[in-house]
Amino acid sequence: MLLTAADWQAVWLTLKLATLVTMLLLLIGTPLAWWLARTRSVWRGPVSALVALPLVLPPTVLGFYLLLALGPNGPLGQLTQTLGLGLLPFSFSGLVLASLLYSLPFVVQPVQNAIEAMGERPLEVAATLGAGPWDRFFTVVLPQAKPGLLTAAVLGFAHTVGEFGVVLMIGGNIPGETRVISVQIYDHVEALSYAQAHSLSLMMLLFSFVVLLLMYSLNRHSRLNFSMSRP
Amino acid sequence: MTDLHLNLDLRRGDFRLQLNTALAGQGVTAVFGPSGCGKTTLLRCIAGLEQGGEIRLGEELWSSARQSLPAHQRPLALVFQDAGLLRHLNVQGNLDYGVKRARKRGLTPLPAEQARQVLELLDLLPLLQRPVQRLSGGEQQRVALARALLINPRLLLLDEPLSALDSARKQEVLPYLRRLHQVYQGPILYVSHALEEVVQLADQLLVLEKGTLKDQGRLGDVLARLSLGDETGVVLEGTVAAQETDGLARLALTADGTAAGSAELLLSAPQALVGDHLRARVLARDVSISLSRADDSSILNILPVRVESLSQSGASVLLNLRLPDGELLRARLTQRSVTQLGLQTGMSVWAQVKSVALAG
Repeated sequence: MLLTAADWQAVWLTLKLATLVTMLLLLIGTPLAWWLARTRSVWRGPVSALVALPLVLPPTVLGFYLLLALGPNGPLGQLTQTLGLGLLPFSFSGLVLASLLYSLPFVVQPVQNAIEAMGERPLEVAATLGAGPWDRFFTVVLPQAKPGLLTAAVLGFAHTVGEFGVVLMIGGNIPGETRVISVQIYDHVEALSYAQAHSLSLMMLLFSFVVLLLMYSLNRHSRLNFSMSRP
Repeated sequence: MTDLHLNLDLRRGDFRLQLNTALAGQGVTAVFGPSGCGKTTLLRCIAGLEQGGEIRLGEELWSSARQSLPAHQRPLALVFQDAGLLRHLNVQGNLDYGVKRARKRGLTPLPAEQARQVLELLDLLPLLQRPVQRLSGGEQQRVALARALLINPRLLLLDEPLSALDSARKQEVLPYLRRLHQVYQGPILYVSHALEEVVQLADQLLVLEKGTLKDQGRLGDVLARLSLGDETGVVLEGTVAAQETDGLARLALTADGTAAGSAELLLSAPQALVGDHLRARVLARDVSISLSRADDSSILNILPVRVESLSQSGASVLLNLRLPDGELLRARLTQRSVTQLGLQTGMSVWAQVKSVALAG
């Protein structure tokens, strides 16, 4: 079971993409989760629904609209062009952007659940002990939401590694730029090189299993919870 | 002395808290009242966790209609009903959390030696490295108390610190609360719905009812005015003059908590030493009246009193009785007894006290 140079290229590209996306998602998703967990704004419902859309939408639909929006005539495409960034579709940057949207709920929801489960009390306690809002966020919220953050990182990473439909729509199949593992497997199957497809597929299978196993054993008490219902 | 001035008016749904008063800048002031009377809301307002009205500590304005000092900048400490320990830190971590942030809000945490004294007083030295999940309810409350004391706050707020504990744990923590004054001289605001705790701990009493101030003043005075049904009574303070061989202590009552008077009470206080300051609680239902001193009675405490007032209270009559040195005693009698004895304001009679409970 040997991987070709092209296979390895796809593996590295996938890991690079997933790592970058996970880090960005933790940075964006944590404040968003914090806001969703605590706001009483009328926007909470619409924002929650938007964040959760990728859970139910076929990846092709998401990819299709992203392609339109980021294309030369789309609003985002025109923006990126005026900013001198060029066009994002069929580039690594475009893939990163698409993956951010695609994996967002997998990061936001575990963090949001953890913050909601923590409740108001630890924050009030920290405030009466002299901790300001930022201090409370870093010394109480983050440590207490750690299991949720860990779950979020693992799910965000694994889900990005596993994406296919969105990649195909927005990234195409450019070696070293947008050809990730799932696309490489698809190519092997198309070319009837089942042995090659098998090597990569088995690798993905084992990777996913080990990741989930690790997460469940590290995080025995928390559940993966994607429930949309609110008290 | 820096008094705490409050002028609050806030609504939460159909509940309204409205009060305008000043609280003493030293000693323990108990905020007493039934559940839902606004005690906890009052405390949360003072701590800055809720907004509504004017709060001033001495010359320092903490909150007004226009602006409010955020909770983390107010130089106070709050002990929550459920202790509120930060669960991701161990005992030491919890204690340090407040100390590290004290100077930023103008407080000087206790120096090492005094800090150690607090930990010793609260028996926490063996628990410092313990995760907070492995503490009993009583231990958690002691850690919360130490965490508050170590930052040396200008005002200490205690929100029913015993109410989440069962009665055995309560008895475990109460003595620590009684000793607080050894390590903390600032003002304490103690919220409670349990009269038993209030009687043991408070110097001043503030009674809330449905969000408004019902009564306020020295514990003994307010308690004497308060109608608590079966629990109606007074608190008498005194110094142990002698410890008798049969286990009873002779308590010389001190009127107004200062000069020793002439009246004495016998009560069971086996642990008390001569010179100890004690509080005794005498319920109105445990006091009966006789016109002459009965020497053939089993009752030990028979005190000369003057009838100050009689008031109808339900099916019975509540009498306010004045001891020679000015302390108040209350007695609950039936209308028939009052008529039979011909009791009237100004009469000198004997009060027979059936039982006296030690209260701290």
